[in-house]
Amino acid sequence: MEQALVIAAHGSHLNAESSTPTFSHADTIRATGAFSEVRESFWKEEPHFREALRTVDADEVYLVPLFISEGYFTEQVIPREFRLDDWDPELWDSDGTSADFATVTADDTGQTVHYCGPVGTHDSMSDVIVQRAKSVTGDPGVGEDFGLAVVGHGTERNENSAKAIEYHADRIAEMGRFDEVKALFMDEDPEVDDVTDFFESEDVVVVPLFIADGYHTQEDIPEDMGLCEDYRDGWGVPETVDGHDIWYAGAVGTEPLMADVVLERAAEAGADVSAAIEQVRGESGAGSAAGD
Amino acid sequence: MDEDPVDALVATAPDGIDFDGLRVEVGEDGYTFETPAEATSGLDEDALQEKAAEDPHVGNWYFWHAVAPQTDARWAFLRWLEGAEEHTVPDRYDALADGLATEWGQLQVTVSLDGDRGRSYDLRHVADAATPADELTAHEDPLDARDIAKHDDDGDYRPLKTAPSLQTGWQFPDLDAADVVEAVHAFYPATVQNWHREREGELDVDHWHETVERQTGIYGVVRTWDRGEGYEHVNWVAEACCDDSQCLKRREWEYDEETELDVDGGDGEFPCREPCSLVIAAARQWTKLEGEQAQTYEFELTPSEKEQVEAIIDAVADGRAGDIREADVYDGANRYRTRFLRAKLFDDDGNLAGVETDD
Repeated sequence: MEQALVIAAHGSHLNAESSTPTFSHADTIRATGAFSEVRESFWKEEPHFREALRTVDADEVYLVPLFISEGYFTEQVIPREFRLDDWDPELWDSDGTSADFATVTADDTGQTVHYCGPVGTHDSMSDVIVQRAKSVTGDPGVGEDFGLAVVGHGTERNENSAKAIEYHADRIAEMGRFDEVKALFMDEDPEVDDVTDFFESEDVVVVPLFIADGYHTQEDIPEDMGLCEDYRDGWGVPETVDGHDIWYAGAVGTEPLMADVVLERAAEAGADVSAAIEQVRGESGAGSAAGD
Repeated sequence: MDEDPVDALVATAPDGIDFDGLRVEVGEDGYTFETPAEATSGLDEDALQEKAAEDPHVGNWYFWHAVAPQTDARWAFLRWLEGAEEHTVPDRYDALADGLATEWGQLQVTVSLDGDRGRSYDLRHVADAATPADELTAHEDPLDARDIAKHDDDGDYRPLKTAPSLQTGWQFPDLDAADVVEAVHAFYPATVQNWHREREGELDVDHWHETVERQTGIYGVVRTWDRGEGYEHVNWVAEACCDDSQCLKRREWEYDEETELDVDGGDGEFPCREPCSLVIAAARQWTKLEGEQAQTYEFELTPSEKEQVEAIIDAVADGRAGDIREADVYDGANRYRTRFLRAKLFDDDGNLAGVETDD
């Protein structure tokens, strides 16, 4: 039976770049040939969530949200808009970072939909954060004498938002790769504004856990951290702030290895994509799934 | 798909073929080969092959069964592009020999015959119908359409794919049947599927009221705009957002199942089946603004100034403000005219005629 992949992302009415990572990861996965169809879908753009499934020919669909945290969007908006009438958040049985998948039927098309947890709370997202640190420093061995700040939005609308950030910060800390690892937030303590207060290491890589670059990652956070007075002036990588070298990575979602997390989510739900996972991890410089 | 159409025909003949005027079957006395022009029976396999090789009905049959995508919506769309349900194969092939052009929103799709592949599709902006190919940027990958669709000719972001602001200057000169549908999907997502559902009488329209009822989060407030006091507010929304000058979809949603809006839904080829995310986002703002009570303000304007205010609103609403020539001081929405009005009528705090806004 043919298997299709649908990626569900937020998109934007205002920012043309919001959809770029979604298209780029979809293209990477498309090129592996693991799915008969790969379709992008958006909340604020088209193809809209509402009409994505009818453009998919396959009867069996893996639906992966390109979102950071579990909560309002993944538990209410996406299932409702995709008309997954049998959906219930209990089906994921998640503590806020442990969603797996649920197999339900789409009411308007009758397709079998394997509705997966968001990329942001999958374990392999920790690897993408590390990969982002490698990319921004240009050093595949980065870690020693370096601090790592994983930055999230915070609790404004969703308590799980902070959980996802802390979850990955803890996991990366356990790897013992970086001297220090901290979870920082935009709108709650510990705040990213005071990033240098939280690190002893002179070099700090700052990775915002956002899907796409936009207002928060390209204007708000750089100005709040003191990388620049005005975001339009840009900043250096690294940029010196209070005697620390800050390596600001921009949205983690733009990292090519994100395509792997999408595949891991689908694999967990039963998609036959192991060759594609090896291929994507190889192409994006992450090595084998066993880690490096 | 790499098979020879004549060989495929011979192989399929035992199952019987009856398609677009072509009939082929096997009887006790051999093969029957029939088209609207002639009927021959008692043919042996060599004779059948000879007949088939010289008849366009065979290539046509092969294309629609072995080359074109077989999904209902895609197949129907490709058939529609060449008027396949209305015209005989010889008539169609005459038309396709010169290239047969059809419009889909601001897209022009031109179908041509293309040897063994059956068909070739040229896709470009309707405004580029007569533009020489060497003045257009040629693309092969249908997914390039996603990037083209992102910005208009001024480089501005297009949040609404079906806004009539598609940029010009590009061409997909030689797409195959599957890829032309993909490119159309990238320009106008899901329009082929919804158009097909509508033709089949299966379009699932979600009207205004049920769509706003389903909203939650920051959009939940839009539910409060329907107060059971009529639907004039939705007329205004549709006139503002859904007019053909703003969106090429034909609005099929109404206030609710029983209550049609008073505003025309437009003439687009493909339907709009529910208020889109842009409409809902704008409605959220209008819900807040329309919650305010009207106040009486007193201003003194000359008759020309009143008309100028109207001209400015018209120019902005019609997206014409940027097109008014710099020295065209005869147009009320001209920049100098508008700056003069502001200099004369606004106080230092930006209040019109010095009258403060009441909260």
